[in-house]
Parts: sequence; structure tokens; C-alpha cells
Amino acid sequence: MRAAARADATVASLHLKKEKKGGFYFLRRDWQLYALLLIPLTFVLIFKYAPMSGLMLAFKDYKVARGFWGSEWVGFEVFQQLFAKSDFGRAVRNTLMLNTLDLMFSFTMPIVLALLLNEIKGVVFKRVNQTLLYLPHFLSWVIIGAIAYQLLGEGSGMINNVIEQLGGNRIPFLQNDTNWLFSYIAIGVWQSMGWGTIIYLAAISGINPELYEAATVDGAGRLRKMWNVTLPSIRVTIVTLLILSLGHVMGGSFERVFALANKATTEYTTTIPVLVYRWGIEGGNFSRATALGLFQAIIGLILVLLADRIAKKLGEDGLI
Amino acid sequence: MKIPDSTKVSPRRWSLDIWDVLIRLSLLILSLACLLPFLHVVAKSLSDDAYVIAQKVFLFPKGFTLEAYSKIFADASIIKSLYVSVIVTVLFTIIGMIVTICAAYPLSRPQLKGRTVITFLFVFTLYFGGGIIPDYLLVNSLGMLDTIWSLILPLSFSAFNLLILRSSIASSIPVSLEESARIDGAGHFRILISIVLPLSKPILATLSLFYAVGRWNAYQDALFYIKHNIDLRPLQLKLYYLVVQASESFQLEATSVQLSNPEVLKASVVVFATLPIICVYPFIQKYFVQGVMLGSVKG
Repeated sequence: MRAAARADATVASLHLKKEKKGGFYFLRRDWQLYALLLIPLTFVLIFKYAPMSGLMLAFKDYKVARGFWGSEWVGFEVFQQLFAKSDFGRAVRNTLMLNTLDLMFSFTMPIVLALLLNEIKGVVFKRVNQTLLYLPHFLSWVIIGAIAYQLLGEGSGMINNVIEQLGGNRIPFLQNDTNWLFSYIAIGVWQSMGWGTIIYLAAISGINPELYEAATVDGAGRLRKMWNVTLPSIRVTIVTLLILSLGHVMGGSFERVFALANKATTEYTTTIPVLVYRWGIEGGNFSRATALGLFQAIIGLILVLLADRIAKKLGEDGLI
Repeated sequence: MKIPDSTKVSPRRWSLDIWDVLIRLSLLILSLACLLPFLHVVAKSLSDDAYVIAQKVFLFPKGFTLEAYSKIFADASIIKSLYVSVIVTVLFTIIGMIVTICAAYPLSRPQLKGRTVITFLFVFTLYFGGGIIPDYLLVNSLGMLDTIWSLILPLSFSAFNLLILRSSIASSIPVSLEESARIDGAGHFRILISIVLPLSKPILATLSLFYAVGRWNAYQDALFYIKHNIDLRPLQLKLYYLVVQASESFQLEATSVQLSNPEVLKASVVVFATLPIICVYPFIQKYFVQGVMLGSVKG
């Protein structure tokens, strides 16, 4: 009984100590850490969180003369106008289509390439190949766009020059809507295929070599080992990356589309970010452009959260 | 008489090698696909106008001349753009690294109260933001439109880089090391400068390169924010107007205008803008690969 009372007293005094530690104790002990944090917090509050209040524009009829605060609240009227626009439907379709095609080709190519690179035993050959394959990742989209037109342009592009000298007709690779779509995807594959292999190669290097030895003993050839040992071993990596990219099908690179677009091909180049730029910064219709951006951001957030949920359900780490 | 090597190979060995040959061949083709486009542009940039117009230039320059390059170096607006790009990239990298370090070190300390909430505040910005128009209006209301600060400040905090640096510091600087330094009387500032930063040099180099190359290559924000002050266009934006949109012409002396073929000039300005990246690429590639590995580890 007495022991219990003593224990209670100790617990109480511990609590007291804890309470004393609360509040200013941590601030006094770690004030330097909090002082350091003030710098990034200021940046984030000004440049990331302050713009979020600008999203109110999507629910206002923004008039420059009246300013941000003076403009009238209109509820969902801006969204109703937005959904009625034919450009809106087109932009959503294009965004989804370009990203889905990207997922089909730009996502799978690095896996194939990683499997191929893994088969190379010579260090020098592998290194040289990797260096060349990584190169496009370091070029800006403006440069890639410029090179694309030098190569694929209808009038003077090198590939068309070769086709013509071989007796064929010039092909408007970038100056025709359907062709543009193919070129856009192909250029994306070209830009990202080498860089995408890095994660897979890292995963492959973690495979237990005994698995390969066992497969060899069982008489498995090269392809067999690729299919039955390597691929299943990197399945986790593939599934995780696939789910993460599924979360981004509503996103999209403004720079890539904009650098490859031209006046002759407007059918597929109107994606959501491009339309936001056209309506807002070029056209001055800030309310409608903000509404479109908000629409994309919310769908994108939902997709990312869903993807994360699925990844966790499947027993992966998830991203959040 | 010498017997060709191939006849010596036994049939079994040969059947094994055919896959090797096929794989090497396909890799070679893909690698060349990455190199040749650039080589063609280089060849074009070094060629004589006449050969380019006649469409005779493929992978090697014909009628070698450096004329186009001398024109580019004489074009004040291009040199000015290069200058803007260099300044913006350097300032952006320095500020970005300072902000990232100031966030990463405190958040890597397990004893920091409120760590989870503050981390969430930072990481949330990865998944949701105001978007193009609210960002634009903010830059506008801060009076930063048409200044280089619009290209430096808004993007200088990157939650992605913060997560990489935070987990790197957390794993490389054990709490015990920090505690013993504190017992010796060192404050957090001292620990950060004398222990954490020197021990994190490789990851700091990697992140600086992430910032620098990212800034060097981006043109979207410049397209939005640098509208009227043409002198402040960074190189990539200048390139966009010159080559991709072709809405702007090269500033040449009146006499050479008729003679010059824009195709050669376009090619040489592309090479001019790519060279800085190509020159540092072999050295920075290694750091980037490490960065990708670190980034794939959950923060």
C-alpha cells in the first residue's frame, strides 16, 4: 500500500517534470533550430501558401479595376461557364490522352532497356551506353524542341532529307495533328528512356545471384532468366512506380507541349496548363484560368491520394 | 594464312552469343539515337550555308566555317541572355541550398517538437499549390514581374530536395554525435556549420546540381514573368523565341542579313545553348544518378 502510494507520488512528480518541460522548455532548448526553420517557413508561406488564397478568384468575377478583394463573389458561376467551353473538354481529353500514351510507352521502355543493359557484362560498353542514353534527360525542352524541328521539320528536317533522297515523300512529322501526337510520344520516350533505367538497374543489382545460378542449373537460357528471375524480382519496383505515375495522369508538362507545339497543330496541343496560360496570362481572364487550374489540382490531388492508398493496400511503402 | 576468328567458335558458344550480339546491337542503336540528333545539329552549325540549303549536311559538316558562331558572339542580345542565365542560376542555387539546409537540419533532429506538423507543412506543397495564375498574381503583387527575382525566389524552396537532404542528414549524423557536441558546449548553429555540413558534402553537391541544372533548363516561369524587359530573358527563353517560335530574328548587321540562312544560325544557337550542359555533363552525371537513388528512398 505504501509502496503503491510512493509509486503514485513518483508518477505524479514525473508528470510535474513533464509539465515543466512543456511549452517554453523546448523553445528555450532548441531555439536555434526554430530560428533556422523561420527562413524556409517564410519562403513556403509566401510562395506556396499565399498563392492558395488566390484560388478564391475561381469563385469571383475578377475585374482588374476592382482588384482582388473588391471583385464580386459569384459562387460556382465561373465553373459553370468553364465546363460549357468546348476548349475545356478538349484540354481534359488531351491531358488524359497524352499522359496515358506516355504511360504506355515512356513507362515501359525503361524496363526493357534496363533488362537489356543488365545483360551486358562489359563495363566499358555498358558505361558508354548509359552515358549516351542519359544525355537527353539533361537537355531542356526548348533545346529538344529545337533539335526536333531540325530533324523532323517538313521543309528542311534531316530525316525528311534522307527520306527524299531515298525516293520517298516528305512527311510532316510535327506539322500534322496525328503525326504530332506520335512525334510527341516518341520524343518523350527518347528523352526519358535512359534516365528511367536507373531505379530498375538499382533494383536488379539487389537480386540474389543464387537465383540465377539455380536457374542455370535448371537449364534456363538467357531469355528464360530474364522473364522468370529478373522481372519477378523487380516487380515491386515496377508496381510502385506504375501506381505513382497513375496518380499523375491529370498532371502534365507545360514546357514539353509548349516547346513542341506549332500553329499547324492545335488539336492535341491544347492541354490544361497550356489553356490556363492562354486564358489567364495571355488573355487576361484570370477567374476562368484559375478555375481550370483548380479543377486540375483537385483531380490531381485525389488521384495521387488514391494511388498512395492503392500502393499501401498492395503492401508497398506508399509515398506520403 | 590466318584463319578468321569466327570459324574457330564452336556451334554451342555461337548460339549463346547471338543474343549477346542482338542485345548489343539494339543498345547501340538506341544510344546512337540519343547522340546522332545532336551531332547533326553540330554538323549543321559548322557548315557553309550553301550546303545546308542544298540539304547535303547529315552528320559531318560540309564547307567547314565558324561564321555562324562569330555572328552569335556578335549578337549582344544572346550574350546578354547567357549572362542573365548564369546570374540567375548561381543566385538560385545559393538561395535554394540555404533554404533547404535551414529546413533539413532541424527536421532531421528527432528531439524537435512539432517536427511532424512542420514537415507536413513543407511536404503538402508537393501535392497541392495555387497553380499558374495565383502564382503569377503573387509575383505581380510583389512587384517582381520583369525582374530576375521572379526567376529566383518563387521556386527556391523544393520540398523534394528537402526530403532527400533531411533523410541523408538523419542517417549520417547520429543523435549521439550531436549530443556529445552539445555536451562540449556547441550550439546547433555550431554543430550545423562544423559537423553536419562538412559531413554532408556529397549530398550537398548533388542537390546543388539538381537546383542548378533545373534552373538552367527551365523556361516556363520566364515565359510567364519576363514579358516586357527583353534584356532579362534567360538563355532558354531567348532560344524559345529565336528557334522554336521563330518570332524573333537574329540581331545581325544589315549587310549579312541577306546572306545568312537562319537554319545554320538556329543550329549554332542550339549548340551554343547546349554546350554548357554538355561540358559539365560527364562530371555531374554520377551525382545525378546518386540523387535519383536517394530520391527513390521514402523521405
